[in-house]
Order: sequence, then structure tokens, then C-alpha cells
Amino acid sequence: MKLSPKTAQKIAKTLIWSAALFVLVVLVAIILYILIKGLPMINWGFLTAIPRDMGRSGGISSTIVGTAMVTAVAIVIAVPLGIGTAFYLAEYTKEGMITRIIRFSADSLAGIPSIVYGLFGYIFFVIYLKMGWSVLSGGLTLSFMILPTMIRTSEEAIITVPNAYREASFSLGGTKWQTIIKTVFPSALRGIANGIILSIGRCIAETAAVALTAGAVLRMPTSLLSPTRTMAYHFYLLATEGISMENAYGTAALLIILIFFINVVVNAGVNKFMSKGK
Amino acid sequence: MKNYAALAKLCYSFKLQILCFAKIYKGWIIKILNVKISIKNLNFYYNDKQAIHDLNLDIPANEVTSVIGPSDSGITTLLRSLNRLCDLNREARAEGDILLDGKSIFGKEVNVTELRRRVGMVFDVPAPLPISIFDNIAYGPRLNGKKNRKELAGIVEQSLSMAALWDEVKDRLNKPAMSLSGGQQQRLCVARVLALMPEVILLDRPCSGLDPISTAKIEESLIKLKERFTIVIAPHNVQQAGRISDRVAFMLMGDLIEEGTNASVFSSPKDRRTNDYITGRFG
Repeated sequence: MKLSPKTAQKIAKTLIWSAALFVLVVLVAIILYILIKGLPMINWGFLTAIPRDMGRSGGISSTIVGTAMVTAVAIVIAVPLGIGTAFYLAEYTKEGMITRIIRFSADSLAGIPSIVYGLFGYIFFVIYLKMGWSVLSGGLTLSFMILPTMIRTSEEAIITVPNAYREASFSLGGTKWQTIIKTVFPSALRGIANGIILSIGRCIAETAAVALTAGAVLRMPTSLLSPTRTMAYHFYLLATEGISMENAYGTAALLIILIFFINVVVNAGVNKFMSKGK
Repeated sequence: MKNYAALAKLCYSFKLQILCFAKIYKGWIIKILNVKISIKNLNFYYNDKQAIHDLNLDIPANEVTSVIGPSDSGITTLLRSLNRLCDLNREARAEGDILLDGKSIFGKEVNVTELRRRVGMVFDVPAPLPISIFDNIAYGPRLNGKKNRKELAGIVEQSLSMAALWDEVKDRLNKPAMSLSGGQQQRLCVARVLALMPEVILLDRPCSGLDPISTAKIEESLIKLKERFTIVIAPHNVQQAGRISDRVAFMLMGDLIEEGTNASVFSSPKDRRTNDYITGRFG
């Protein structure tokens, strides 16, 4: 028996629609469940109070600050390095041994479980460099973890900039550096910003790597060398140790809201910048 | 015997003098002959594939020179080698020489960005940058270090007027260049090159995607522009070459087949292949 093209078309359409619908339902269900459970927990006190009694009561303010500091350290280090490497790969070299080695290591690094980064960070930063469990150790470890994502997304964004832009800039008497700064980088910015959002998301959501390098202390971090506990790790401990499911859901809901918020803010910034030329 | 030797010596020194003279006054001679660009024995390769075979061509100043021929004849390569834009292709390699005002453009001391300012280029697909109309025109002058807003505004108005676009866009200079129509975009690209105040303008099939009215506007401005610039164009068809050019060069498979004034090439082509091409028997 042979399907008529019309029936095949109908079946394909149904399958594709149901796949999309299924994914949508799952995503919405997860987010809604967490928000419904967690949102009632979130209030001013929860956001601003230091956790007390292992997190059973009090708020989560120190973990919010800890997360922000660790993420900031990771982003400040990984973003310039990642973008720089991406420009080197995409604009400054021809394909060869070095580019292949860099790409291969970046791809391999991207696939390594984060706990391995955690172990490396623990041995290298915490013990060997004597940084101890600290914001700095955690941030540095995370920056290594997100570097492959940064490099590959930025490189992809740079490569998709139409060659016509480069040629136009060169033919107008631009040097390579002027071309990159004035034409390629602004055009690739949206893709690069996407990489940054992904990286921030991964930093905020990371548990294993920061558990081994940033510590689990609930005190408010005061410097780059003070130990801290990030929100995701706090959530993990609250849930697995059975300390307080309510506070765990509150933390999770805040994590989701935070990531939404970062997406919106970064995208709005990029849109504003891009709209100058659109 | 002795006299012969003396005579030979005299002849030799005279020959040296002539050579010396030629060397010193080469720039002058070229000026008198009104040659802007002189291409000498140019061979061009992409890896092993040869795109241009031993090409010799003189391009006179303040005239429109058309390089016609079917696609894949090496015309784009030729135009791109005139401002060394082909350097961007790592597989490309040029042999021979190209003289601009009597000086080699391949020399070690040549500043390539300076050369590209002197020899501007318009591409076959309009390639405005994703910035505003004003910024597109001001891009080149800004790279050159011009910052004064008033001066830039003057350059922008002058260039757009020369490209016959000023009246259409003067009220929306801050709008994105991408919002213009295809024909306007291409005239914008012409204006962008004019803003550099180049000496030579290369146009690589600038009207290939445009409607007849836009094409007519671009041709009209080109004919006006040749008073101030030397223009080398790869027209998108033979008719266009006939309308706008003073001189015509016909290329086929990387060889220069014939070259001469518009009238001589079109009314009495010397080579059968030229005749076949311009009468539309192939191409």
C-alpha cells in the first residue's frame, strides 16, 4: 500500500505539530510547577535576609550575592578570552594545525562533566594556588567551564557575518582591525550576546563545579577571597538533605526568574544597540 | 680597430643614457600618454588554476573603460587585482605588474589601505553596511580620521549628489541603509566610494540586479563622473558597454582578446570571437 502525497503531508504535519506541542507542554509544566510552588515563598524578607538554621528559616540573600559574584568573575574572565579566541580563529589565521587543536580542545572541553571542572578547580585553584574555597576559585573554575561555549558561539556568529561587509570595509580603505571593530563585531554582536546569555545561565545553574571550589558557607561574602554558597548549590542542599522543600522551591523560582530577567535585559541592550543601524 | 671599439663604447653609453632617461621620465611619459593604470604581463592564479593569462592593458585617465566577456573570464579577478582586494583570498597569487600612475601597486612600500582609497570599488551585489545612510557614506572618511561632523555632512551631501541619490534620501539620512531599494542601495555604494575622493572607480557588474530605471540613473552619473575620475567597469551586458564606454576590452577564459575604442571594437572587431560575442552568438 502506498501513501498518497496528500495523506503523507497530513501525517507529517500532525507529527511535527504534536512534537512541538509536547515540548511546549513539558516546558510550561515544569516552569509553572516551580513558579506555583516557589513564588509564594518569595517576599522581601526572603530576598534580603541571611539564611538561618542551615537555610531552614531566614532568606537567601547571601547565596544571591554569592551567585552574582561568582558569575561576574567567570564572565569577566571568559567573555574577553572567548571573543578574542573566536576572532583569532575566524579572522586571523588560516585553517591549520593550531586552529584544529584549539577547536578540538574547545569541543572536548564542552563535553566534559562539570564535576571534572570542579575537581580540577579544587586541586589547582583551591589547594595548589592556595586560594581556598572562595568566590575567586569558583569564578575561575566556571570561566574555564564556559570558555568553550563562548568561543564556539562567538566564532559561529563571526563566521555568519556576510563577507560582503568585510569586502566593503576593506575596499573603503579599512585596515583589518578597523574592519573587525567597526563592521564585523557589531554585526556579530547578537550571536555573541546569545553566547554570553547561555554562559551566564550555565554559571548561575552550576552546582557541582562551585560546590568543590566556592564552598558552602552561608555567610555574606565580603571579598573575592571569601567562601560562599551559590543559589543552585543551596537549592541542591536544601532539597537533598531534606532541610526545607519550601525554601528550595523559592530558590528555584528565583533562579528561573533571574534567568528570564537576564535574557530580557541583555536582549534589550543588544536590540537597542542594533536598532541604530536597522 | 681602435675606432670600432670607441664607437661601440659610445653607442653603449648612449643606450645607457636612453635607458636612464626612460627610467627617470617614465612617470612623465605615462602622464603625457594619459595612462592611469598600466597592466603588464599579469598572470593570476587561484592555487593551480590560472584565471588570467599574460594580460597587457593600458587604462587611460578620465575615460570609461569597459571590460566585457562571458562570466568566468577573469574579469572580476582583474578588477579586484587593481585595488589588491584579491589579497583577501589566501589562495590567490598574482605575477607580473600593475602600475598606477607609473608606480607598481605590488611594491613592498605600497600602503594597501591607501591604495584602496585611491582605487575605490563597487560590487555586483549592493553591499551597504548595516548602519545608517549617513554612516555608510561617512565610513571611509571616518576610517581616514575625519571626525568633524560638519565636514562629514558636507562630504555626505556632495557624494550623494554626485551619485544622483541626494534628493531621494536627504530627509532620512539617519534611516538604515538596508531600508533603501536595491537601486538606491547600489547608488549609495557608488556615493560611498566617491566620499573617499578616489582617483579610479572600479565597478563590477554594478547593475546586474537592478531595474532599467535604476540602471539608467547609475549610467548617467557614471558618464558625468568620468570628468573627475577614471572608471573601469564590468558592464552586465554588451549594450551597456556600448552606451557608456570610451574604450572596450574583451576578455575570454582569462585572455584579453581585443581592446580598443568603443567605435572600433563595436563596428569593426578584429577578432572573430569578439564579433561573435558582441553580436550575441554566445555569452
